[in-house]
Amino acid sequence: MRWKSRVSTAFATLLLGTGTVYGLEGDVASGEATAAVCVACHQPDGSGVNVPGGESWPKLAGLNANYLYKQLVDVKEGTRTSPTMQPFVSMLDDQQMKDVSLYYSQLESTEGKGDTDATEEQLALGKKLATEGDWDRYIVPCSSCHGPDNQGAGDHFPAIAGQHAGYIADQLQAWKSGRRDNDPQHLMLAIAERMNDEDILAVSQWLSRQPAVQGGEK
Amino acid sequence: MASLLSMRRLLVALVAGVLAPGVYGTETSPRVPTNVPQPEEGQFVHVPPTMDDLENNDMHPELKRVIRRGRDLFVNTQQLRGKNVFNNMNCNSCHMGEGRLPFSAPVWPAAVVLPNYRGKNDHVNNLEERIAGCFSFSMNGKPPEYGSDDMVALAAYHQWLAKGVPRYQDGSTMYGRGYPRLPEPEEGMSFERGEQVYQESCAICHGEDGSGLVQNGEVVFPAVWGDDSYNWGAGITRHFTLASFVKHNMPLGQPNKLTDQQSWDVAYYINSHERPQDPRYTGDVKETREKYLETFHKHTNYGLEVNGRLLGDHENLGGEKDFLKPEVLRSRSFTAE
Repeated sequence: MRWKSRVSTAFATLLLGTGTVYGLEGDVASGEATAAVCVACHQPDGSGVNVPGGESWPKLAGLNANYLYKQLVDVKEGTRTSPTMQPFVSMLDDQQMKDVSLYYSQLESTEGKGDTDATEEQLALGKKLATEGDWDRYIVPCSSCHGPDNQGAGDHFPAIAGQHAGYIADQLQAWKSGRRDNDPQHLMLAIAERMNDEDILAVSQWLSRQPAVQGGEK
Repeated sequence: MASLLSMRRLLVALVAGVLAPGVYGTETSPRVPTNVPQPEEGQFVHVPPTMDDLENNDMHPELKRVIRRGRDLFVNTQQLRGKNVFNNMNCNSCHMGEGRLPFSAPVWPAAVVLPNYRGKNDHVNNLEERIAGCFSFSMNGKPPEYGSDDMVALAAYHQWLAKGVPRYQDGSTMYGRGYPRLPEPEEGMSFERGEQVYQESCAICHGEDGSGLVQNGEVVFPAVWGDDSYNWGAGITRHFTLASFVKHNMPLGQPNKLTDQQSWDVAYYINSHERPQDPRYTGDVKETREKYLETFHKHTNYGLEVNGRLLGDHENLGGEKDFLKPEVLRSRSFTAE
């Protein structure tokens, strides 16, 4: 799938039409039409918006389609709580959720945004947690599940490199506080609840500055 | 001396308790507790130094560089793929937390209890020969040569982690050493129950077919059976070893979540699947099983029939390996001959 980040949406649409990607059956062109309800927050290019200190809207472009689809299903069924997303997702039927997940997965990934005033010390801590972890507190490295360079692994572990810092931090806090618990086997919850505020800030800032795809720019 | 030693033990235990609340118990009550066993009275507790400690140490910069190289090989052993490693394993796959983690067979004990007699090959082994054993079986590979840059670097990393531990400290006193043997399973071991545990708790990462996950050409989750996994001579093919590894380390980030019974069952299930041939294979699986029965295979399913299939009855060396036994695996007599 390396080509997907380099081709335009139009070309991807033309090439794929109706088809199966990642085992998900859907129609990219229909997904693009469905995405009309998403663009106000997630932007026409799927880049989302980083809102420091507020509710950030995650980048969706280039994320794994099955991961995106599961999140939509979970929001619709209420196993992932998101007051912002809920009204939009409730408008979509199952096929539309598949289509729109495929559509966003095909978009070229965009760069993550963080706070410009993150310190060197913060970024060093963030890098350590993301790539080596802190085993004395049983915080395993992010990359042990989120894959090489934290650019995602399989259907269950999404790319977090190049995601917006505000969104990563908010989600880790959500797991910590119990607002979010739709992760399979609570693999993420277990780690998030061992992280303190300083860890969360540091790791989200560092990850947001990393390339989202192999050979990509920061 | 005795009182000095016990004072040191007490001090180390106290330091460990302060420095490592996550491993040794947390202040609030987490929803996913680690439940790592506390040190017992009289146990020798060692907290291995970190890489930050290395940077702050005033040893020769060249030694630091070699220790860093050893650590890099340890956590990314796949860089030796096709040369020394012929499966999807890293040292770190089984010795988690960079070889420092208690109950994940931390590697510092090997640096102080060796040279010692080893039943598996029936002679005295030093640290390099012990590491060569891991390469030959767990990595289904060919060890770096004794005294080679890579071998010296790996051994140096082990010794660095053992910093401060008395030479020939009694291994049986060490807190968190190896994979401590679980009590025998009350209900025996069951393939069917093990399959259920596997599908519920392991398959999300290691795959329904045990093949793990490789992403962008890099191993994320190692294969637990099949061509890319450890071979039939690896210590972890023994049910008691895998059961304890699973109990204390899996699923990732959730140690001690599975019951002892679930850990035995899933170990039996995983080790009832095919994997590359034991490098000690004589050409006949039943003969090989018999030859190493007492020292090894009485604890494995190798050479036994499971679900109508005789396990290990094949000449498959794994996907890429083109030799059965590394030359370095040989007996020693320590005599003039």
